[in-house]
Amino acid sequence: MSALRSKAMRPWWLLSPALVTITLLVVVPMSLILIYSFYINIDLGVDRPAFSFENWSELFTDSYYHVAIWKTFRLSVIVTVLAALLGYIPAYFIANTTYKHKWLLLLLLILPFWVSFIIRTLSWIHIMGNQGAINGMLLWLGVIDEPLQMMFNEFAVIVGFIHVFLPYMILNVYVSLEGVDRNLVPAARTLGCSPWQAFREVTLPLSLPGLAAGSLLVFVLTAGSYVTPLILGGPNDFLYGNLIYDAILSELNWPMGATLSFTLLVLLGLVVVLYSRIMGMNQLYKAFG
Amino acid sequence: MKISSTKRYETLRERMGNGDMDRRSFMALLGYAGMAAGVAGGAMTGLSRHAMAAGTDIYFEGWGGVVSEALRKHAFDPYTAKSGNKVIDSAFGGESEVLTKIKAAGSIDGHNMLHSSGVSWYQRWVDNGYGSELNEANIPNMVNVMDAIIKPFRAITPNSLSAVPYDYGTTGIAYNTKYVSKEEAEALGANLLLKKELKGKIGGWGGDWANRAWYGALQSDQDPNNIKDWDAVWEKAREHRGLIVKYWESGAELMDLLAKEEIYVTEAWSGRVAALQAQGHPIGYLDPKNGLAWMESMFVLKGSPMADAEELLNFMLAPETALAVAEGQKYPSSLDPNKIAMSDTIKGLPAFDPTGKLEGLVFRDPTTWNPVEKAQKKQWNRLKKGA
Repeated sequence: MSALRSKAMRPWWLLSPALVTITLLVVVPMSLILIYSFYINIDLGVDRPAFSFENWSELFTDSYYHVAIWKTFRLSVIVTVLAALLGYIPAYFIANTTYKHKWLLLLLLILPFWVSFIIRTLSWIHIMGNQGAINGMLLWLGVIDEPLQMMFNEFAVIVGFIHVFLPYMILNVYVSLEGVDRNLVPAARTLGCSPWQAFREVTLPLSLPGLAAGSLLVFVLTAGSYVTPLILGGPNDFLYGNLIYDAILSELNWPMGATLSFTLLVLLGLVVVLYSRIMGMNQLYKAFG
Repeated sequence: MKISSTKRYETLRERMGNGDMDRRSFMALLGYAGMAAGVAGGAMTGLSRHAMAAGTDIYFEGWGGVVSEALRKHAFDPYTAKSGNKVIDSAFGGESEVLTKIKAAGSIDGHNMLHSSGVSWYQRWVDNGYGSELNEANIPNMVNVMDAIIKPFRAITPNSLSAVPYDYGTTGIAYNTKYVSKEEAEALGANLLLKKELKGKIGGWGGDWANRAWYGALQSDQDPNNIKDWDAVWEKAREHRGLIVKYWESGAELMDLLAKEEIYVTEAWSGRVAALQAQGHPIGYLDPKNGLAWMESMFVLKGSPMADAEELLNFMLAPETALAVAEGQKYPSSLDPNKIAMSDTIKGLPAFDPTGKLEGLVFRDPTTWNPVEKAQKKQWNRLKKGA
């Protein structure tokens, strides 16, 4: 009986380090944030412990927050789709190249991470700005008479996001493509498939776990961002994260900031749940090799 | 003759190998050697910590860019060389960011001194319980600071100051002289920010609600220190929003936008414009009637090493230091020009007041601005996003 019980407990013992870590670093802080969301902000930086639904009521009834949620999900979908389209091609190339120094190509992907995220984002001003490389070239060639306004709008924000998050997509798709059996495509070809058909019927479905994992990662990272729109966006370009930034750092209203933060966590959690319902979480593990 | 530890160990091992020593004795001797090394190492570590603690670390947070560069070059580095204390300086996004960090951490660890903006923030730090008590006897150079600039701070904490006023400036209007003439700028004043023909080439400071409200008050013909009609103020802010390409968030961003001609007109900090002018950019500067003036202080947080902080403040207020910093950061010093001779460069800085009384400048009155801040700041954050 005791041996049976010991055997039943073994998975829990093995899982305990992970469970303790997750409890301490995720569950406890998020619980504190949830508790804080019921507090009342009396003045800037001055909060009173309470059990008030005031902040939640404001969140549910004020369209200001709903618009921000809509804008955030819309932009996240756009960035994710574009990153998937743009990321698949280099991932496919790296996975199938016969170049013997493949590690060099992967290193090139990781290289941008050595430069600060802020610096990488700011660099777009020097590329797409009025006096940036693109406008300079077009003016020099005589294609345009006045600089094109490419900065401080939604386009610039999307470019900034894709620039920063594309490596996550490429790496995920690459890992997935690397796991595909090399004999499958030639086998499909011998059975009469055209190259495009072989890709569509064999390679693409087998690389879907990586594509989906990359998409999930890009979506979640985009939806939680606030710095990129701050640097590259105009007055209309803001995400839900910017509202959290305002509440916590500008208005010093921590209870409202906690309410907004917890809501974002729940919304992104729902996206992950949706993913797991459609794809199954085991696909995520497959994608990560 | 000295024998190294390695040689001693090899000799012992050889003796054991030859059978001159049993294994137990060999292990015991190794154990004693280890203990000796541990004790000696522990003592040395303690001593090295003591040696490192000979100089105090003072954590300073400021506005970054040319302002931080001037402070580092003319104040912090020479002070470190002289005193042995190390000033660890970094840039903040705003004082609210620091307040948030300190509140979240529940301690001021890593935060001692701030380049604090305005009397409003002085009040906020004090109200939140972070006000230290400076011993002015340890800061003899304070006698040279203008009475007019100390007065508002002393009104908040009459018994002792938590900060020393260090510089002042204005938030006026910067304009690119290639596209806007001086005459036009002066004729339009604050309404230059609402010129429809410049749509898409106008900027605005997004970080401070009160700055936007101040200009909204000027544009709606109200006294900024006695605003009666807030709707009219925000209506002007909306009008401005419809014309701008970008709200900037930092001094460095402001300078970049103006220098690269992404914007032609914006409200701007006088010192940053002076820095751009010094770099040769065609940028003019206008302080409209009732334009916004402000003063900055070096605020010491409660719980900081006070004697060292006071020593640093005294060093920073020494005329040779304060004037060098003023020339570097392009903001006039808080030192009284009637007591300390100013250089021609400082006399030529925007906002410089040769009288030392600051009567020509209009500062934000905390008694009218602080009570409305919670509500109006929220209003501004929404309006900024088009709500």
